[in-house]
Amino acid sequence: MVQIFGDFLKRKEQSCEYLKISFSPTSVPIQQRWRNNGLSADFLADYLSTFFPGEDPTSTERKAEIKGAVSYIANELLENAMKFSYAPSQHAISIDVYLDEDAISLYVTNSVNPDSLGDFQQFIQRLATEDTDELFLAQLTRNAEAESDAGSGLGYLTMINDYGATLAWQFVPLDPDDAVMIVTTMARMPV
Amino acid sequence: MEITHEDYAVQYDAETATIVCQGSFRLRGNEDYAPILQVLTQAADAKPKTLTLDVRALRFLNSSGINTLSKFILQVRQLSASQMVIKGSRAFPWQSKSLKNFQRLLPALQLEIE
Repeated sequence: MVQIFGDFLKRKEQSCEYLKISFSPTSVPIQQRWRNNGLSADFLADYLSTFFPGEDPTSTERKAEIKGAVSYIANELLENAMKFSYAPSQHAISIDVYLDEDAISLYVTNSVNPDSLGDFQQFIQRLATEDTDELFLAQLTRNAEAESDAGSGLGYLTMINDYGATLAWQFVPLDPDDAVMIVTTMARMPV
Repeated sequence: MEITHEDYAVQYDAETATIVCQGSFRLRGNEDYAPILQVLTQAADAKPKTLTLDVRALRFLNSSGINTLSKFILQVRQLSASQMVIKGSRAFPWQSKSLKNFQRLLPALQLEIE
């Protein structure tokens, strides 16, 4: 059963600028592949910035803003995917980027550990129903007090609060009988 | 006290009570940020009159890094002993967007973005 959270835009046609990077599951431990997140995010940001030409100060500043935003959001999405993907599923992690006239959309797909699915979806619900500024402060205080390293929970909140991104999620079962879900996280930012 | 890595560096000068962070902070979580937090904590524990965090050369900070710096700011707030200053730069757009969040944790924090 497919589950949707938020305003998830399905992209069937590639009628705009489009790029996809896939990371195949390998035996190399995540720690050694961690570096790829930044490399990929910076590459995507650099690549997209070529579609925002102009040497005047306003254009240059706009390009820098967009580069910074894509770099940050792509990095956060990939870090989440790397941290929370379910290795036994042997499912690839991928990032799709779409450039529309008024927005850049990033879609990251990864498998999800069945044990963490409940908490994950609960947090997504909170993002939709609670004040994200207050949630950010509450999360910071909670993280400072707790010793656990289950993920700071701040990635999504900073995307929404600091970068004006709209987030949405689609969950699809890996197999009809499987408890393992494949999640696609969409982050859409206006340009 | 100093941490030098391929992607970043952290330097603490006790005399000027200044911590300088340079490069990119893209570490994985609490455990990986622990050495950096240790430097920050040491600086805060010294309880200088003015404590400065200089991130003007920090071109990237991931959310785990925001979390780590926030822990440091909360510690400074708790110690209630130092005037906190953060020096930032407009050269890196993330700083104009995200550094003000630290002021929400510590309203008396002085933010200098050049």
